[in-house]
Amino acid sequence: MIAEIGLAMLWMAAALALLQLFAGALALRPGGTALIPVVRPLAMMQGLLVAAAFASLITLFLTTDLSVKLVAENSHSLKPFIFKLAGTWGNHEGSMLMWVTIMGLGGGFVALVERRLREDTLIATLAGQAFVSLGFYAFLLLASNPFARLPEPAPEGQGLNPLLQDVGLAFHPPTLYVGYVGLSIAFSFAIGALVTRDVGPAFARAMRPWVLGAWIFLTLGITAGSYWAYYTLGWGGWWFWDPVENASLMPWLAATALLHSASVLAARNALRAWTVMLGVVAFSMSMIGTFLVRSGILTSVHAFAVDPTRGSFILSLLAIYIGGALALFALRASTVTEGARFAPVSREAALVFNNVMLCGILGIVLVGTLYPLLTEAFGQKVSVGPPYFNPVAAIFVLPMIVVMFVGPLLRWREDKAARVTAPVAIPAVVAAFVLFVLVLAEPQMKLLPTLGLGAAAGLAVASVIPLFGRNLRRTPLPTYGMVVAHFGIAVALAGIASDSAFSTEKLAAVNVGDSQQVGPWTIALTGIEPIAGQNWTALQANLSASYAGGAPVALQPQARSFSSPPGQRTESALKTRWNGQLYTVLGEEAEDGRWQLRLWWKPFVPLIWLGGALVALGGALSLLGRVIRDVTRLRAESKIAWRRERQGR
Amino acid sequence: MIRRWIVILTLLLAGLQAGPLAAQDLLPPAPYAYKQLPDPAQEAKAQALMETLRCLKCQSQSIADSDAPMAGDMRHQVRTRIAAGEDPEAIRQWLIERYGDYVSYTPQLSSLTWPLFAAPLAFLGLAGLLLRRRFRRSAGAGVRTATPQEKSS
Amino acid sequence: MSEPEAKKRPGLAVWLPLALFAGFFVLVMFGLFRPANREVSSAMIGKPLPAFDLRPATTDKPGLAVAKFQDGKPKLLNIFASWCIPCAVESPQLAALAAQGVEIDGIAIRDRPADVARFLATNGNPFAAIGADDLSSVQLAIGSSGVPETFVIDGKGIIRYQHIGDIRAEDVSMILGKLKDAGS
Repeated sequence: MIAEIGLAMLWMAAALALLQLFAGALALRPGGTALIPVVRPLAMMQGLLVAAAFASLITLFLTTDLSVKLVAENSHSLKPFIFKLAGTWGNHEGSMLMWVTIMGLGGGFVALVERRLREDTLIATLAGQAFVSLGFYAFLLLASNPFARLPEPAPEGQGLNPLLQDVGLAFHPPTLYVGYVGLSIAFSFAIGALVTRDVGPAFARAMRPWVLGAWIFLTLGITAGSYWAYYTLGWGGWWFWDPVENASLMPWLAATALLHSASVLAARNALRAWTVMLGVVAFSMSMIGTFLVRSGILTSVHAFAVDPTRGSFILSLLAIYIGGALALFALRASTVTEGARFAPVSREAALVFNNVMLCGILGIVLVGTLYPLLTEAFGQKVSVGPPYFNPVAAIFVLPMIVVMFVGPLLRWREDKAARVTAPVAIPAVVAAFVLFVLVLAEPQMKLLPTLGLGAAAGLAVASVIPLFGRNLRRTPLPTYGMVVAHFGIAVALAGIASDSAFSTEKLAAVNVGDSQQVGPWTIALTGIEPIAGQNWTALQANLSASYAGGAPVALQPQARSFSSPPGQRTESALKTRWNGQLYTVLGEEAEDGRWQLRLWWKPFVPLIWLGGALVALGGALSLLGRVIRDVTRLRAESKIAWRRERQGR
Repeated sequence: MIRRWIVILTLLLAGLQAGPLAAQDLLPPAPYAYKQLPDPAQEAKAQALMETLRCLKCQSQSIADSDAPMAGDMRHQVRTRIAAGEDPEAIRQWLIERYGDYVSYTPQLSSLTWPLFAAPLAFLGLAGLLLRRRFRRSAGAGVRTATPQEKSS
Repeated sequence: MSEPEAKKRPGLAVWLPLALFAGFFVLVMFGLFRPANREVSSAMIGKPLPAFDLRPATTDKPGLAVAKFQDGKPKLLNIFASWCIPCAVESPQLAALAAQGVEIDGIAIRDRPADVARFLATNGNPFAAIGADDLSSVQLAIGSSGVPETFVIDGKGIIRYQHIGDIRAEDVSMILGKLKDAGS
């Protein structure tokens, strides 16, 4: 029953989306004002219904209803609760349902709380959101029904890929999806504002919190995903410029640029077309990235096998939405001019510089990701990997960081370079000092990590300088948000550079009782024992590790075997210290009874994810500050309105 | 389920691929698959090279971080050649001669790949152009709000 | 990324994003409908076999050295392994080829003699000689990236053709044709 109810609710939600689109479109026409009051409730209802449909799919997975095809193919009655839950979105149909659920809920949420946007722009936005949702509803209902039943219930489910049976990964996709799909709100805002020709500071201020919200989740999702890859894949790599990683990075780059250009638009009424463009691009990148990865067009670990019918269905959706939005942009761009110009030394100039650089990186990542596809059209296979992306990205990142030293200190409109020379000198000296020390102490260090560490040190100092000389209690939360986020970038960069500069690796075949050195650590293999988990068995190595002769700590890396479906996974064991992380992996048994151990000492590597978390925290502070400000303003306004009303009587 | 789907689909539809995970050999890994070279300088060279070579049996991994037996054999090949004094780039070329550019994550400059190297320059040029246009006029005229003419242009 | 900043003539530049997207669309359409090509083909076609001399993979057949391929007669070189299921699947086709007088030499990848012997006992033994490639070194040297793969080698030891994956019944005549081409 639950499956049928779920399907019915999905159909109803789709029908409401259609209604929402038509009501919104008609309401915008002259004489359609009567329809204005129905659009918001429609959006909220649609959000609730699709959420209920998603909840029924979750129920089916939690109860392991094996008469449902999707459950039988992707779940197993013996799976732990958390992975039954995660199984809901660990497959094509379920993840698409999650996609529309987030879109529906996002639209409903906008309808519920958005009060800043001009009413006609809001209606156009909600109609836009419904229009985009409709395509995905159609895709679900016509080509990927998650609620399809089997003719006969399966005796047992086929289980979930062992690689995905990990708590971190269970919550990684939903986080990332909220980010990806949350950007659809920015997309709809851009469409709405283009339709009603309402691109201005008020629009930017209204859009900013929504972008910020999606961006926080995207940041967290990417950070978590990178950490997951780091500790589950068992080789200590955390970013490989794999198409799927690039697919998550591209919307993030666009959204980061969008946040900053929206600031310029809000403060100075400049960069109008550019901001709207980025609003369109950000969600387009979400859609393109997801499509590229899912369609299996690009070789990636994450490809769900999508048959060409589904692939062409999604591709047509992309053509309609992205093509349509870009065409609308082109048609309206002449009426949405760039607005105020500005001096080369000003806050907005710095923001524009970094915006352009972010877009440069975005362009590079897109080109590098698609290039193998292009050469295949000419019958040649090539690979584009880290040796390309790392230096090329650095060309754009390093100047950006230098501008980040200065940007937050500059005034809007126009500033004198002389005014900021003194405060900028501090981080510049710090960066130069770090570079100098590194070149002297570690002459063999490669160029990029050296520059990275110098830039990180400088930025760490520069990011807190905007707080100097301010009354810290009266400093607005968004300013703290910016400081924390920029500091987070410095922290992450330090982690990245230090991983590539200082990590040491030790591969060894070890007898029980013997020990090995990696970096300052001495690691002894004290025993190997078999252990069993709920749906796996494992060999576990008992390691005793001591840092520079200190008290030993225990680590237990495992080699796990799963039975349904059969598969193996290494479970690394990590020991984190303030100055780095020890990473241990148990490999296979060697012929002579010794055991393969893979050991890494990675100084300061956790800074990468700490930095990512700080960036997200900065976003959260900024969002909180803006929401508080909006709520206070709304309260004050309603109070005034109430007083006026009373006086009028 | 992702990989299993790939394997099943390729087996059923294409019927070509030897299921990479369907079967594993029983031979122990090659001597230098999981063993470092004794000379740290040589090992560093080998490691740097391995990180840029593609594991042909995997979906998207370098041979430096794959547990596939063939990746292990490729690591052995790389390490023994480095130990014999061969230049890393020569080893890369040796593999490219056998597998084409696909095997190397470092794109080689060729008639087919030059746009890849031109792209960053083009983007930098475009960025410079954009910024210059944005600032030039205002720098000359000082800061002012947009004139109606600018707004309509 | 293109710029939406059109100053003098917004007419052209603002269409650039759409044009770029159209380019992307065409590219991806191509990628979607192109026959799935996940194989990595060898770049050694037309080049001579590299030097190798492999010990016998089993007791009852000789090992394999490159000299064997320079006797003027085209041959098949089959890369297989006892642990590989498609290799077992293609054995009737190999037997059919052998029955037509084709000389097939094998290279067993990462295999133990006992396993190879068991595999041949079960699936038949169409091979004239089988070399054991324990470190996949010959496999790497000829640009093969998996098992099974079958190479057509001409009488001078030049690699003429590579068949990736198991040989299907419908492939047999094509392989015979390739052998004939290599002989002429």
